[in-house]
Amino acid sequence: MALVNALFGTWSALVMVFFYAPIVFLVVFSFNDSKLNVVWEKFTLRWYAELWNSTPLVNGLKASLIVASITTVLAIILGTGAAWLLHRYRFRAARPISTMAYLPMVVPEVIMGISLLVFFKSIDVSLGFPTVVIAHTTFCFPFVMAAVQARLAGLDPALEEAALDLGATPFEAFWHVIVPYLMPAIVSGALMAFALSLDELIVTFFVKSAGSQTLPVVIFGMAKKGINPMVNALSTLFILFTVLLLLLSEWVKKARA
Amino acid sequence: MAGTIVATDTPAAGGRKPPGRAGWLLLAPLLAWLACFVVAPTAILFAYSFCQRDELGFVVWEFSWENYARIADPVYLKIFGRSLWYAGLTTVLCLLIGYPVAYYIARAPASRRPTLLMLLMIPFWISFLLRTYAWISLLKADGLVSATLEMLHLIPEPLEILYKPAAVLIGLVYTYLPFMILPIYTSAEKIENSLIEASMNLGAGPWRTLAHVILPLTKPGIFAGVLLVFVPSIGMFAVNDLMGGGKVDMIGNVIQNQFGQARDWPFGAALGITFLALFVISFWFLHDRGEVKRT
Repeated sequence: MALVNALFGTWSALVMVFFYAPIVFLVVFSFNDSKLNVVWEKFTLRWYAELWNSTPLVNGLKASLIVASITTVLAIILGTGAAWLLHRYRFRAARPISTMAYLPMVVPEVIMGISLLVFFKSIDVSLGFPTVVIAHTTFCFPFVMAAVQARLAGLDPALEEAALDLGATPFEAFWHVIVPYLMPAIVSGALMAFALSLDELIVTFFVKSAGSQTLPVVIFGMAKKGINPMVNALSTLFILFTVLLLLLSEWVKKARA
Repeated sequence: MAGTIVATDTPAAGGRKPPGRAGWLLLAPLLAWLACFVVAPTAILFAYSFCQRDELGFVVWEFSWENYARIADPVYLKIFGRSLWYAGLTTVLCLLIGYPVAYYIARAPASRRPTLLMLLMIPFWISFLLRTYAWISLLKADGLVSATLEMLHLIPEPLEILYKPAAVLIGLVYTYLPFMILPIYTSAEKIENSLIEASMNLGAGPWRTLAHVILPLTKPGIFAGVLLVFVPSIGMFAVNDLMGGGKVDMIGNVIQNQFGQARDWPFGAALGITFLALFVISFWFLHDRGEVKRT
């Protein structure tokens, strides 16, 4: 097995290079003083400065942060509520409901995008921030729900019973006993929802309006035209943010254990 | 939709009651949300696919099979075929490239595994859009890849890879590789060391052990990986748009075009429904064989 291991190890190292080389290249060249971005000229922070003066990118970032924040709040409410209620009650429709809730997680994004688009059009809702938030919430809340359901599987039913026996109303028991117990799962689900919403392009593409273009939509438009060092700079900031968010969620997971 | 992967299990029922009136009232927002934003849109898309459009691109509510008949046109069949071909190729490449990595990480000493896993998770979480964008400058004729190949005397002159089918394939593999590695890792991690040792002790060489013991045991992970790579890559249009420069059209691009420039929503809906059917079939086929669960 040693030979296989050595071979696979070397291969894995090569694959890691394949994974990271483009990312490293992207980051390094965000500091390059050249518009074409193929040959290294000299170090500059020019693109980062220009970034703040680029109206479309700044507006896109604002739109993305607004959408992701509202989406996360809605996803927490809907996802935690759904997980708890489906866990708390026993009824035949629980399974189909849970399957349906998970559907947006797996259905191809193009399908989700166009079906929401025809839906909004046929009930005469004009596209904008609300439609983008609705679309994002629909595919983000299952992630909160999944995280919370996993945690509920280990819940001792005596916990709620004790609270009820001691005179708490079902709502008080949920709020003061169950929610604190679920908190780590809610936080990690919420982080995931936030990251996914921030990142989403395809569904957003169909349900956005000109005034509600999120950052990925703006970047997609720019990238279609070719290389733009400002996009490199922005990507670098985003990658940094993603890595931090990931480390944070790992840390939350560890704290839970 | 990065990272997953689904469980539809209802938790084991123990002493839980059916919902009373209050229970249904609490469930109402969830049910309403699903009815409005999952069920109704799909139903309307289905209805649209049987409609017609007038000269201005407005939808005319008149039942006809015409949109589906149009899909049978060789032009569109070819695009469906091409999408399946690219998606299949992407899946095979991801499997070949990813399997050894997944296996290696899963069998690495427990102390090193978290670090390796983290190295894998970072690209998984970085936006696919940014990761695809990163390749654009690398694959240009004056880019790093061409320059490196030239330096190694593998190619005689600068090579423009961007906006060619190869670039699309690189983009797709790069986008979906982590989705193949993670589920395989999950099932490879569960294999008991003793099983591998037993196989070796009984005289099977490392390759036979790999083929007859390890590979069958990681089958659920492989199926899950195939599901997570094959299905989304059929409908991907952003990667092809960026890396193919609009020259390598797939279903996703055609659908997008019907809702954009072409302004033929009913036909776009019919393409979408056909794709959805394709998705349901492959999902059904792969899901039961796969270990599809949360990561």
